[in-house]
Amino acid sequence: MDIIAQLFAGLSLGSVLLLAALGLSLTFGQMGVINMAHGEFMMAGAYTAFVVQGVVGDAGVSLLVALPLGFVVGGLLGLLLEATLIHRMYRRPLDTLLVTWGVALVLQQVARDVFGAPNVDVSAPAWLSGAVEIGGLALPRTRLFILALAAVCVVALALALRATPLGRRIRAVVQNRDLAEASGISSRATDRVTFFIGSGLAGIAGVALTLLGSVGPTLGTNYIVDAFLVVVAGGIGQIKGTVIAAMALGLMQAFFEYSTTASVAKVLVFVAIVAFLQLRPQGLVSVRTRSLA
Amino acid sequence: MTVLTALLRPGRARTLAAFALAAALLLLAPAVLSPFRLDLLAKFLCLAMVAVGIGLAWGRGGLLTLGQGVYFGLGAYLMAMHLKLADAGPGGVPDFMLLYGTGQVPGWWEPLRSPVSAILLVLLVPAALAALLGWAVFTRRVRGAYFAILSQALAAAFAILLIGQQQTTGGTNGLNGFRAFFGYDLADPVNKQMLYLIAAGVLLVMVAVVRWLTVSRFGELLVAVRDQEDRVRFLGYDPALVKVVAYVVAAVMAAVGGALFVPIAGIISPADVGVVPSIGFLIGVAIGGRATLLGPVLGSIAVSWAQTSISEQFPSGWIYFQGALFILVIAFLPGGLASVAGKLRRRRAAAPPGEAAPGDAAPDAGPGPELVPERSPA
Amino acid sequence: MSDTPATAQPPETEIDLAAAEALLGTDTSRFRHDYLEVRGLRVEFDGFVAVRDVDLTVTQGDLRFLIGPNGAGKTTLIDAVTGLVRATGSVAFGRTELLGRSTHRIARAGVGRTFQTASVFEELTVLQNLDIAAGARRRPLTLLRRRRGTPEAVEHALETVGLTALRDVPAGVLAHGQKQWLEIGMLLVQDAHLLLLDEPVAGMTHAEREETGQLLRRIGSQRVVVVVEHDMEFLRSFADSVTVMHQGRVLAEGTVNEVQNDPAVVEVYLGAPAGPATTEGDLP
Repeated sequence: MDIIAQLFAGLSLGSVLLLAALGLSLTFGQMGVINMAHGEFMMAGAYTAFVVQGVVGDAGVSLLVALPLGFVVGGLLGLLLEATLIHRMYRRPLDTLLVTWGVALVLQQVARDVFGAPNVDVSAPAWLSGAVEIGGLALPRTRLFILALAAVCVVALALALRATPLGRRIRAVVQNRDLAEASGISSRATDRVTFFIGSGLAGIAGVALTLLGSVGPTLGTNYIVDAFLVVVAGGIGQIKGTVIAAMALGLMQAFFEYSTTASVAKVLVFVAIVAFLQLRPQGLVSVRTRSLA
Repeated sequence: MTVLTALLRPGRARTLAAFALAAALLLLAPAVLSPFRLDLLAKFLCLAMVAVGIGLAWGRGGLLTLGQGVYFGLGAYLMAMHLKLADAGPGGVPDFMLLYGTGQVPGWWEPLRSPVSAILLVLLVPAALAALLGWAVFTRRVRGAYFAILSQALAAAFAILLIGQQQTTGGTNGLNGFRAFFGYDLADPVNKQMLYLIAAGVLLVMVAVVRWLTVSRFGELLVAVRDQEDRVRFLGYDPALVKVVAYVVAAVMAAVGGALFVPIAGIISPADVGVVPSIGFLIGVAIGGRATLLGPVLGSIAVSWAQTSISEQFPSGWIYFQGALFILVIAFLPGGLASVAGKLRRRRAAAPPGEAAPGDAAPDAGPGPELVPERSPA
Repeated sequence: MSDTPATAQPPETEIDLAAAEALLGTDTSRFRHDYLEVRGLRVEFDGFVAVRDVDLTVTQGDLRFLIGPNGAGKTTLIDAVTGLVRATGSVAFGRTELLGRSTHRIARAGVGRTFQTASVFEELTVLQNLDIAAGARRRPLTLLRRRRGTPEAVEHALETVGLTALRDVPAGVLAHGQKQWLEIGMLLVQDAHLLLLDEPVAGMTHAEREETGQLLRRIGSQRVVVVVEHDMEFLRSFADSVTVMHQGRVLAEGTVNEVQNDPAVVEVYLGAPAGPATTEGDLP
């Protein structure tokens, strides 16, 4: 029974990581932009949920309103960032990392000045309180909801990339910018849309996180490092890798935590990832192509 | 080549002059500054040591290391533990262990009782960790953003580990309240001044070491690896080895900075070594000019000074300021302030270049020739 | 063995040697007879077979050109020989098996290559570029010393590729053709005996092509040289032999004339003429 409990804890943590990393797998994995402010977009989504609840009142309605609204808030922030800073830096990915770190610092401080430094709480709707009993094991409904939400996001993103004209355009630009441009696709517009979706997913992740704990200005920083690790371990450019890596990291953290302590588990997960990169330096799922010589 | 002609070469003469000026200023400071300000400056010098190493690894080698706080922290905690054990006396137990822990010193702290082994460990432990991680990562050609993210994850894990092991590391509070530094009373202003002079001397030595590495064949090779790693490999070198050396040197410099930071600042805590301070080290390097010799030092000291004076007046202002610095300097002045002079000169000399998009690695070589070609897009 | 080290020569021969070296670049084992032997080479990318069943033998002094339409697998073949992509089969240089070695070890075995886009160290001077190329066999500690003077091999390479006057110029400001020459010079001081050149005259003027061809002739007599090239005029002027690749396989091999009259080659080229700047159309 213990094993199953750990399994659930791991998958639950994995689904949170997945929500955080899914947007990154677009912006970092597909576009090569290392957006350190992604965590702050999550934070913005979480505060969106807080504000919506203040306005709407009813926890159930406010969650349903906050999810799409968080997507829009995160997306718009991303759009703004792309249009002002990132688009001039596509040739300098490492520098983008530092610039977006600066943006992250500013956004955190804005949150601190607007909402105050202490954490705030968003109450979960009644239909998500309590737990589901399965075989003597109590599974919190909020955790199950987040698992389902992550699954929905993954499926929606995969469908959008595979089946829509927009998705085809995104993939075309990612694979060969110049060729896509030559065949009439505006890579600028595509970049913006990709960034909007990726950042919007961060907003959704932020809303979801309000179900697990309180909301503070540093909410994003707590997840950003792990989320990037997920994308690194999962491999560039494939959602499949991100999903597997997120779940693997969640499970590892849960099981290491169970047999040692939370802090030692963190170190062990890091060691495991470095060891894994010895076997697969390109990450779990990678497309091998002729090198660009 | 005689010493005289060597001195007459413009690059070298300029460097020597700058170096002498910096040394003179540093040695003059105790006479001018109040003990409080001198203490602050000493602290800034320790942070600048980290920046010197980053200048080599990032500016010259293109290794964006976001986890120098780990090596700074290792040096600092090893030194702090030695001071704690020394304060406690032979066989004694440091106060915080009596407070949080079992009241017993764990076996792996014991070697730090001896001053000699403490100094050796301050140098060797960070070097070994950097060599191990660097080797594992660079030989598998994990580079660029991947390396940056891994180094940052290491910083996160390290800070979390320190917090989690309260009984042996002091947890969130860290280690503080040191009374003496190798037998010298830390409350005595004379000893504080001595610490300042040690820090200044060590920093100057580090700058000299980086200068030496930069002008050596190794330095040329490092730049070559940064710009065309595959080309270097096809010439028969192992680029991983070159990167590991640069990374280890940077790690040791950070560790020494950390070790000296402890007696000067009187405290080390996880807040000094985690993700946020680790990235914070980079901004000074970027402002000063990441690929220059003295740029990282001056930039780092200036940023530390700005942080102190801005935080004194507007507590939240510093965060905005730091964020703005990251955005403005990296996006619009990637060569740092050191590149402004060169840019002005070029603008006067020639028609303005079009979209001068510098490469990821610093475009403006500092001490080298000013003539820097624009990259043609591949 | 007949491999007499140069240092053991009596003084009067030494003068001859130096003169020869000035012309040829450094060649410490001029009596060695090298050859490249590729057998059953196969390269796969995620199920797509880019190179299959390739056999190729190139001997010293035979300036071999490798041609074929785009996507024929020419560059992939070079990538496989130099360890950049994983391959199965066998690639032997002399008695050394190259497959399975890491790239830098293959380079140390005497294999050098250039890239389609000249890759030199743009922030370093011409001299520094060559000095680095000369240094792979240096002991680690000598790397910590500052470069003093110019190694002889570097001096000779500067002359051979005609860049002596530009030695202190950053490589980034060189003209396109000069960068290609610098890259070839780097291979010379690297002491490579197998040279794999990927489109060395792309983007060069007619005069530059002519000079490059002469340069390849000069250095090719002592080395195994494989040139990937689209330019047919250049090929006719300088190739000793030609290998034609198509869809990952070797389609034909022989002298320029033989290849031009091969019906299979004619069909491939008439069916799929390659690259705009080429004159393959008039190949048959």
